[in-house]
Amino acid sequence: MPEPVTSMPVSLEVNGEQIELEVPTRRLLVHFIRDDLGLTGTHIGCDTGNCGACTVHVNGEPVKSCMMLAVQAEGAKVSTVEGLAAEGELTALQQAFNDHHALQCGYCTPGMLMSATALLERNPSPSEEDVRYALQGNICRCTGYVNIVEAVVAAGGSA
Amino acid sequence: MTVTEQPTTTLKKGFVGQSIPRKEDRRLVQGQGTFFDDVRRHGMGYVHFVRSPYAHAKIVSIDVAKALELDGVYGTITGDEVAIHTDPFFEMSVEPGGNITDYALAVGRVRHMGEPVAAVCAATRELARDAAELIEVEYEPLPVLVDAEESLKDEVILHDDAGSNVVWSGVFDWGDVDAALAEADHVVKIDRLHFHRFSSTPLECAGALVEYDKGTGEWTLTCNHQMPGVGAIWMAPALRVGIDKLRFVTHDIGGGFGNKICLHPQYVVLCLMSRKLGRPVQWTEWRTDQHTANAHGNERTFLDVEVAVRSDGTMTGFKVRALDDCGAFPRYEPLGCIIWAQVTPGMYSWRNVRVDFTQVCTNKSPVSPNRGYSRMQHLWLTERIVDIVAAELGLDPVEVRKRNYVKAEQMPYETPNGCVYDSGDYAAALDIALDLIDSGSIEKRREEAASRGKLLGFGIGSTLDSGTNNFGQSTLLNPELQFSGNNEAASVKLDIFGEVVVTLGTVPQGQGHETTAAQVVADILGCSPDQVNVRRGHDTWFNSHAGFSGTYASQFAFTGLGAVKGAAELVRDEMIQLSAAVLQAPPEAIELSEGFARVKDGPPEAALPFMALGAIINANNAFLPPEFNPTLNHRYVCRPYFGMVDTEKKTGQRTRTYALQIYCVVVEADPETGEVDVVDYAAVDDCGVRINPQIVEGQVHGATAHALGAALHEEFVYDDEGTLLTSNFYDYHVPHAMDMPPLKTGAMESPSPVAPLGAKGMGEGGGGGIHCICSAIQDALRSAGGAIVHDSCNPPHRVWAMLQDPEAMRANVTVTSR
Repeated sequence: MPEPVTSMPVSLEVNGEQIELEVPTRRLLVHFIRDDLGLTGTHIGCDTGNCGACTVHVNGEPVKSCMMLAVQAEGAKVSTVEGLAAEGELTALQQAFNDHHALQCGYCTPGMLMSATALLERNPSPSEEDVRYALQGNICRCTGYVNIVEAVVAAGGSA
Repeated sequence: MTVTEQPTTTLKKGFVGQSIPRKEDRRLVQGQGTFFDDVRRHGMGYVHFVRSPYAHAKIVSIDVAKALELDGVYGTITGDEVAIHTDPFFEMSVEPGGNITDYALAVGRVRHMGEPVAAVCAATRELARDAAELIEVEYEPLPVLVDAEESLKDEVILHDDAGSNVVWSGVFDWGDVDAALAEADHVVKIDRLHFHRFSSTPLECAGALVEYDKGTGEWTLTCNHQMPGVGAIWMAPALRVGIDKLRFVTHDIGGGFGNKICLHPQYVVLCLMSRKLGRPVQWTEWRTDQHTANAHGNERTFLDVEVAVRSDGTMTGFKVRALDDCGAFPRYEPLGCIIWAQVTPGMYSWRNVRVDFTQVCTNKSPVSPNRGYSRMQHLWLTERIVDIVAAELGLDPVEVRKRNYVKAEQMPYETPNGCVYDSGDYAAALDIALDLIDSGSIEKRREEAASRGKLLGFGIGSTLDSGTNNFGQSTLLNPELQFSGNNEAASVKLDIFGEVVVTLGTVPQGQGHETTAAQVVADILGCSPDQVNVRRGHDTWFNSHAGFSGTYASQFAFTGLGAVKGAAELVRDEMIQLSAAVLQAPPEAIELSEGFARVKDGPPEAALPFMALGAIINANNAFLPPEFNPTLNHRYVCRPYFGMVDTEKKTGQRTRTYALQIYCVVVEADPETGEVDVVDYAAVDDCGVRINPQIVEGQVHGATAHALGAALHEEFVYDDEGTLLTSNFYDYHVPHAMDMPPLKTGAMESPSPVAPLGAKGMGEGGGGGIHCICSAIQDALRSAGGAIVHDSCNPPHRVWAMLQDPEAMRANVTVTSR
């Protein structure tokens, strides 16, 4: 029997930058993003894919990066919270989170922003119900979601 | 909204009182926050704990050999090594609980599922997990206790050193409850009520990066401990070092809610590991581990409740036996055995109260403070009593509350056990909540819901958020304990280029301390909050911490901001003196505003920018006379005054401020499934002066979500073998965006006459949400047999059971009238 493959080269684009790295085949995408690329804005809040703190975009779709292996992202375009706005700038959604006090500890915030950004891309003016539905895979333990929903609706209105 | 004038604060309203956007947010929305797990060090090893699969077992042997053979494994630690290199943690209790031996890892025996028995450190997270799998532990299972009442029988003993499962017991007896019961027109008896086990489960799990400096013998813990002052008091003696050898550093913290107070066992293991291996080590708790073995809220059973009621609905007293389950080790306990007494009569004017309190160990996760710590359980009892009395005697729940609430004109009100409720108008707050929820339309809405086959219920939850602890109350547990009072520190300086720099002793986890501290400083120094740099997090080396530093027990508004205010005023006074000297004007002619020190009504050029003041003191001071030596750099300790507690009578001031929250809710229960939907919800908060109303409202929202989750589905459920069945976010369902009803909020401002800014600590009043939902479910079931809600958690199966057999649920309550 051949030796199992324990590492593989991966080639992917992260926040517009081409990355080529040898990674352990069992490494989760979220650990690759955080530990290998140093993009620590993407967070981990559970072991089971429930909390959404690790949400990133893979080829434009929101994905929980703890539910995917790094090697599965071969050839993909990945974007993280660090890639939302140009250096020193905020997107309308990020600004709305600040204006509406949509974050307290800020730990769930990057995942919330990635899920909400994906929503606004496919539905630029979502209703409150649309927002709640789109964010149901992201847990926040601080805000009760009230101001998060308000911020996303407001950001949609301004788009 | 009702706002009363604030008589005590020396600040004029400026930035304080405004909902300015938070300073913290910009980094956090860009993914530029720094949480402990984001920090890396060269050569760092990852730690994984080997945990017990048994709830109760003897450890026969531990073999780490195979793990050590694995390439990339740096080392291991077992309980035997811990027992050699450390001392057991100090216990707060008197005997028998005081005799419990608690080490950082299990020694010889495990007492709850998930208890760490060994630790392994390796080059990667994955390798550390692999290595943990290779550590062979042989166990010999022992009988398991998962029920507090069973535990009380002492047929199985968890801690041989204690010789009993009882940690602490004591009787609290104020007034004359026997006379009150004898004279009452009605005595309502409730056999049993149960407050369940849950926790706030912060989204960021616990952890730390620990570095040991061999040259100095100092450890640096980059971590998310929310109460480092007290954490160090536990850790340093265990590690056999002075407290100065432990440097705690926090940056951003992903929520705490009290669940990050009892991290000293794991941190001690990390300290030993980093010293043993001579390298930085890092541990990040897994979600399953947090649920299984970190911090549950206290579970409490109330037995043999008797309530004295007069014919007009006045309640004159109650007695109860409270049985608290603290899990396998007391740790922060048995403080919960006395903390509830901060709010002994709840919001009511009961003068005769007897509580016979006992805490026991069981084979479940240890508890730790959890948002609303210990008061929540007791306030749930008082609210259950009020609603059960109302239901049994046919009284209106609103009227019975208003009749029995402490009245506004009684403020400040001294409770039977010597606590002083500082301010508030409870009945007026209830009226606001009733208006918000349109209580006049309830009966119409009930009919409409019935036409859809739903049972509609309306409920009220009244709750107090007691803030700013007197640690002297711990002497009621154990007169030998050398704790009393409280303190918190902050420092403020004006730096060389005019920067205003603030350091806090507090350890924020999302409460917006950088923003509110900047608001307070800006008003005192006469600048914008944007010009005030409040350093992120806590660092022992800032020298701005005190013995009780931390963020807990609803006290930042008092002690944290009190320290900030004190330090800023010292700096302000020196800025004025210095400006007066430079501008050749009397000090009283100097005003600080818009970043300048000016001569009032003077020419425009008679003004110094902050930069000039900072530069003079720090870099250009030769012209100052020798007797004039301002530093523009001050540390201030805010020390609330409580006086001493009376350990005989168990009286005295336990907390300094009492914020209130009143909640009203409308629920709809489905009689087919027992499913309960919250359809309308109003929360009214009065925390005195609101430094930043938006932040206060955010706390109310968050606390409400915790309460809704706890009241309807969040529960740590154990099977008979002590296996936790809800160990992750699949089985332990916390509210999602779709679960949250629309929330209506209202506010009053009854300034605290005792707090430095008139502001009361708040944020822990969410328990009120549990009270009001229980109240509303009971109301909904009134027309379906009238079951009495006896548990604080009511998922569909429990509601369904109440619908199926309401008589069984009613048998719990009897009324004797004369």
